[in-house]
Amino acid sequence: MIDYSFIVDFLFMWIRVATPILLASLGAILCEKSGVVNLGLDGIMLISALFGVLGSAYGGNLIWGVIAGVGSALIISGIFAYFHLVLKANAVLCGTAVNTIASGLTVFALQLATGEKGSSSSLKSYTFPTVNIPFIKDIPILGDILSGHNLITYIAFLMVIVIWIFMYKTPLGLRMRAVGENPNAASSVGQNVIKIRFLAILLCGVLVGFGGMYLSMGYLSMFTRDMVAGRGFIALAACAMGQATPVGVLISSMVFAFFDGLSNILQLLQIPSEFVQMLPYVATIFGLTVYSIQKIRLQKKKSKEIQQNVIE
Amino acid sequence: MEAKREVLRMENIVKVYSNGVMANKGINFSINAGEIHALSGENGAGKSTLMKIIFGEEQPTSGDIYINGQKTVITSPQLAIKLGIGMVHQHFMLVSSMTVAENVILGVEPTKGILINMKHAIKQVEEIAEKYNMNINPKMKVEDLTVGQKQKVEILKALFRGAKILILDEPTAVLTPQETTELFEELKRLRDSGYTIIFISHKLNEVKELCNRITIIRHGKSMGVYDVKTVTEQDISNLMVGRDVILNIEKSAPKIGKTTIRVSDLTIIGENGKHCINRLSFSLREGEILGIAGVEGNGQLELVEALTGLRKYNAGSIEICGKEISQCNVKDIRKLAVSHIPEDRMTTGAAPSLSITENMLSDKISSNSFSKHGIINKRAIKQYGIDMVKQYQILCKNPDVSIDSLSGGNIQKAVLARELSNNPKIIIADQPTRGVDVGATEFIHKRLINMRDNKKSVLLISSDLNEVLGLSDSIIVMHEGRIAAYFPDAAKITELQLGGYMLGIEKQSEEEIKEVRHGQ
Repeated sequence: MIDYSFIVDFLFMWIRVATPILLASLGAILCEKSGVVNLGLDGIMLISALFGVLGSAYGGNLIWGVIAGVGSALIISGIFAYFHLVLKANAVLCGTAVNTIASGLTVFALQLATGEKGSSSSLKSYTFPTVNIPFIKDIPILGDILSGHNLITYIAFLMVIVIWIFMYKTPLGLRMRAVGENPNAASSVGQNVIKIRFLAILLCGVLVGFGGMYLSMGYLSMFTRDMVAGRGFIALAACAMGQATPVGVLISSMVFAFFDGLSNILQLLQIPSEFVQMLPYVATIFGLTVYSIQKIRLQKKKSKEIQQNVIE
Repeated sequence: MEAKREVLRMENIVKVYSNGVMANKGINFSINAGEIHALSGENGAGKSTLMKIIFGEEQPTSGDIYINGQKTVITSPQLAIKLGIGMVHQHFMLVSSMTVAENVILGVEPTKGILINMKHAIKQVEEIAEKYNMNINPKMKVEDLTVGQKQKVEILKALFRGAKILILDEPTAVLTPQETTELFEELKRLRDSGYTIIFISHKLNEVKELCNRITIIRHGKSMGVYDVKTVTEQDISNLMVGRDVILNIEKSAPKIGKTTIRVSDLTIIGENGKHCINRLSFSLREGEILGIAGVEGNGQLELVEALTGLRKYNAGSIEICGKEISQCNVKDIRKLAVSHIPEDRMTTGAAPSLSITENMLSDKISSNSFSKHGIINKRAIKQYGIDMVKQYQILCKNPDVSIDSLSGGNIQKAVLARELSNNPKIIIADQPTRGVDVGATEFIHKRLINMRDNKKSVLLISSDLNEVLGLSDSIIVMHEGRIAAYFPDAAKITELQLGGYMLGIEKQSEEEIKEVRHGQ
């Protein structure tokens, strides 16, 4: 018999682990759908994780932390957008540059602020509050799993709906999708492709920034060096696997988070965590391969049918 | 009938592109409210440039535009849309994963609060579609529509934005006959409700059926405005074609040998289900230049792609030197000593950022003289580059500069050098001198004749009548994927005769066309 509370603990942790991946991959949707390859998510997360901590420590409250965290995410996204869209630099290079800058800059800034290179434990920084949901918290089991999470976790799940409405129900969302799929069509009806993409990158930065702040102001209560640990890239994979739709991204983020959480537990069972961490990627490759094969078959069948009809 | 009111007038429009090409040489163009006005001319006559100027995509070098009598400078497509001008591009500007309604409202979305009022949008689109008898469901995704329906979406887009003048750029080129009939019904209905339509086409039967007046453009100049009822199709054809200078290309009588390419009942169906090539048969023989004339888009591109292995065909057969090629890839076909000078030298013909030598070598790099055991022989390659540049008179600093630093004519000479230097039996030359200066054109023509005199077969595809008539020994005219005419002796025909067949006014009898198979 598996221990009962063990399962509840695992499910609670699953949601916790999913939060930063979900936020970043929702941000990735905006870039992907408007036709921007933004590989810099990892770096943006890291920078806002640090500046959130510094802002709250020096500002003396959480609000300053949010301002500094979101502000730094906007600035670095803006730089990425300017180089990529205005100066026409290659997006992959720009994204890589953001990541490289982030890992150096954060350690440097951390040392300036605290004198240490490892973590911000000496600073008194603030975290986002945890929230107990009325009624639900009193339901046995379910309450233990769903209630008592960090505020940002709830925001992240709420954002799935918000991004869905934004992309599919608002004029700006419609224009972003148009710009991403056929920029010529969008500009032929007077849309400024660069402006819309710039906006998408900035909005993406805000979401990703919250994902980063969650790590240092929720998941942990301090900043540690390179604490993002590739979550930005996992988010990109989740975005691709979820076909850049909010619901798809929710599901694939949960899949990645599941294996991430599982690896924590299986370490206890002396199965190498590296092996378990490999599983989501193997699953992704397998899933995408099957999906692509089916899609190609369907297309071939369709075009054959058309041609057959014509010949007859 | 009410008094004709002029809605648009263009005076003395001159357009010189930055590369020095003069597309419009002082065109006057005027249209009245409530008419369908045809604009006809050969490929490259300057129609598209003129329309781009109306739609604000290009600025005229000189000349004035008047809209409703008022002098206007149209600086951008946005302004053109505001002025009530709508363009239906030949290549649709649609987002395929979105619905019809979403495409139509893109950029001018009706809103309710911060959200799009989709219900209202769908209703509006439905209303417009119903009014002009366009049968289309606004909730369908564009990717699931037929080509004809996509075109309706483009028209709806223009109408939704309040266009009063609609420009349709060769709208029937992609349509099936049924769809064309439907389109004409809709356009007539639009005209009767006061819209003005500019209809660009070189299909004269369509012009006759649909339009009120016609403006004919030739070599960047207007050849006049005519009432469609008072001119015959032959008159229009004569005004459209016609050569400025007659090229005199010296060549001896052809010495015809055995058959090298035999095409029988070739049929190719495009992605949209339209017959690009319909039961086409001909044969090409040693020592002749067979010209294929025709307005672009009548199946020439698909034929070349099928012959060179770039496209599979649906029915019929192609035999090259006795071998059926339906299972062959490009490399197999090249091994049969087929050379291909592609239509577009910058995308298919050459790799722009590679050097001249590398481009000329790309089909021969694995041969023994240039590489051994997977290691290339630099010295031999360098010498080859120097020799070829000399032999083909390619003007360049040295053979190692990137090919895109050359002029169009010299790039084409480099392509020619590659294709003619591997001792081909068959040369497929697709628009070999398009956009090439006079000197290079002459050089290319001489080389092609030289190949033919050495018992090679040359298939020349060209929409330049001068070239087809001057260079070919015999000529096929293609129209709508079929052979409209075959002339065994190119010297005996004139461009005016050719024009009639190219534009579909005339068609030879089956017996005459059969000649092209040379009894096989």
